[in-house]
Amino acid sequence: MNAQTHISQPETKTREMSYAEAIRDAMAIALERDPTVILMGEDIGTYGGAFQVTGDLVERFGKDRVMDTPISELGGAGVAVGAALTGLKPIYEFQFSDFAALAMEQIVNQAAKLRYMLGGEAAVPVVFRMPSGSGTGAAAQHSQSFEAWFGHVPGLKVVQPSTPADAKGLLLAALADPDPVIVFEHKLLYKMKGEVPEGYYTTPIGKAAVVRQGKDVTIVASAIMVHRALEAAAKLAKEGIEAEVIDLRSVRPIDRETIIASVKKTGKLLCVYEGVRTLGVGAEISALIAESDAFDYLDAPIQRLGGAEAPIPYNPDLERAAVPQAAGIEDVARKLARGQV
Amino acid sequence: MARDTQENLPFAIRAFSPEQLKEALRKMHLIRLFEEGAEESYMRGLIHGTMHLSIGQEASAVASCMELTDADKITSTHRGHGHCIAKGADVGRMFAEFFGKETGYCHGRGGSMHIADVKTGNLGANGIVGGGLPIAVGAGLTAKRLGRDDVTLCFFGDGANNEGAFHEALNMASIWKLPVIFVCENNKYGMSTAAAYATAVPNISDRAAAYAMPGVTVDGNDFSAVAEALHIAIARARAGEGPSLVENLTYRWRGHSKSDRNRYRTKDEIEDWMSRDPIQRFRAELVAHGIIDEAGADAIETAAKDAVAAGIEFAKAGPAPAITDVTKFVHAEEAA
Repeated sequence: MNAQTHISQPETKTREMSYAEAIRDAMAIALERDPTVILMGEDIGTYGGAFQVTGDLVERFGKDRVMDTPISELGGAGVAVGAALTGLKPIYEFQFSDFAALAMEQIVNQAAKLRYMLGGEAAVPVVFRMPSGSGTGAAAQHSQSFEAWFGHVPGLKVVQPSTPADAKGLLLAALADPDPVIVFEHKLLYKMKGEVPEGYYTTPIGKAAVVRQGKDVTIVASAIMVHRALEAAAKLAKEGIEAEVIDLRSVRPIDRETIIASVKKTGKLLCVYEGVRTLGVGAEISALIAESDAFDYLDAPIQRLGGAEAPIPYNPDLERAAVPQAAGIEDVARKLARGQV
Repeated sequence: MARDTQENLPFAIRAFSPEQLKEALRKMHLIRLFEEGAEESYMRGLIHGTMHLSIGQEASAVASCMELTDADKITSTHRGHGHCIAKGADVGRMFAEFFGKETGYCHGRGGSMHIADVKTGNLGANGIVGGGLPIAVGAGLTAKRLGRDDVTLCFFGDGANNEGAFHEALNMASIWKLPVIFVCENNKYGMSTAAAYATAVPNISDRAAAYAMPGVTVDGNDFSAVAEALHIAIARARAGEGPSLVENLTYRWRGHSKSDRNRYRTKDEIEDWMSRDPIQRFRAELVAHGIIDEAGADAIETAAKDAVAAGIEFAKAGPAPAITDVTKFVHAEEAA
């Protein structure tokens, strides 16, 4: 799989690397730039991380800055919160985003609320990295998409990069942010290659990207769904249907302006996300359109494609059926564009 | 006093100057009077919500913090007013917080359960039982990583010792040899549930063995005993030798919170503990060792009363937060 990259500064020197390598590059730059940055997580040292994202960083920066933690997600996340509160900038890797369920207390009750509860007298500049999503055959407890859970919590910022360039830029932005940020990394994207700018840069949190221009239907997608939406859009183009594809990139804060502008242009909206469909990210996007002046521009009911109302199953055919695929996106987008919904 | 007789004196009398001891007595009175003032203000409808009073536990709070500086950190609990005052907070700004005022420590956003004073190293009370335990370990990690010699004192109750966070926090503090002192204030009840029922070991400090750290149980109403245990634990932390667990046995005279009807303990038990008031014990000890006379001790108590009265007036006079500022402080860019 190759990513479409959207580099705003053409003069910037780029290098092809995978999504995982881009994240590692971001962490190496951060460790070099700022002595208060530390990495924490299970098996991120010699093992290199469950998905080989930290890789050789322990050899380059040592065990004091690339710290293996015990299998203690609640405690580990809490140590990261306490360290952030007192002067370090920790990046804490959850081995799978599912395991963040063990650490909800520290993320939701502590990290997200400390600044507010203390009236602005404290800051928690922590980054939680969360390998996320299905498609690996790992079944129900290693495949979930929790971005809507965390997106519901004031005090957190939640991003979902879909390309190597954004994986690096959003991670560096998360680290530069004075508040807690959760980065959902899609496991199926780790090996995806793309052009990545060299050196330090940030991708702004809260800004979506229009990754394909079109006039007939707007598809708002995130993480791996961006690539499936682009695949669907390419097929629809052969039929003369021009889909506009928006890479959401940030769930909280959400980029209302970009979505509203696109819907005003196309009059049709399809939301595609891997999290469970009900009460998911697509519900928020649908509602923000329904509440905005873009509502008057709608020529068809808003459509949502999301995860099934079921845990992620083991059987590969069932697993594929449990989350949106390119063919399904193509089908719904075509019907929307043709006024058949 | 001759050197050779000093070793028979209580630790606190030997270790601290008369000024430090008088200041400790002042803080204990201040905690008691602050909480009585808060309780009265609640009854009069000036404070809403709820609060958890530590009346009867003053020796534990003040003696534990005796050797801490402003650079040292504490994490506190829902029963945290005493810790906050012991660490050096101003009662006026505390009352202002309880009154929900912009002039409060948390600008009226936190209240009793999140009272904090970051400038004196108090990282905050916590509404989640056990919530502060991993955070304290993180503060210890910062000190170690940045090569600082400050320590973090983590207050928690007997209830928190059965939370998973307790296990994870103590284990990590030990494997990384972090400068953290875990201070369990065992006041015999987690809300209504007796620690003796809820905990598999007789002493909470017994659990230190599982984390390869020293553990000690002391009479938490004996100022000197607490100060001595903390002296050893703090020295160990500052020397880079790692964490310790100190269990202060104490008792809260009031109920768990304002909703408590005291069905789970007897009047006799409460009165028995009240007859062993930690403040009167400490005061008598200071008088007996010639640190202060009765008139001097009375003057300290009177000054504390005045400070509490002035604090309440400060709180009343403060402005309320603007209603339009409900989302202020959620994120940094919205901070003032």
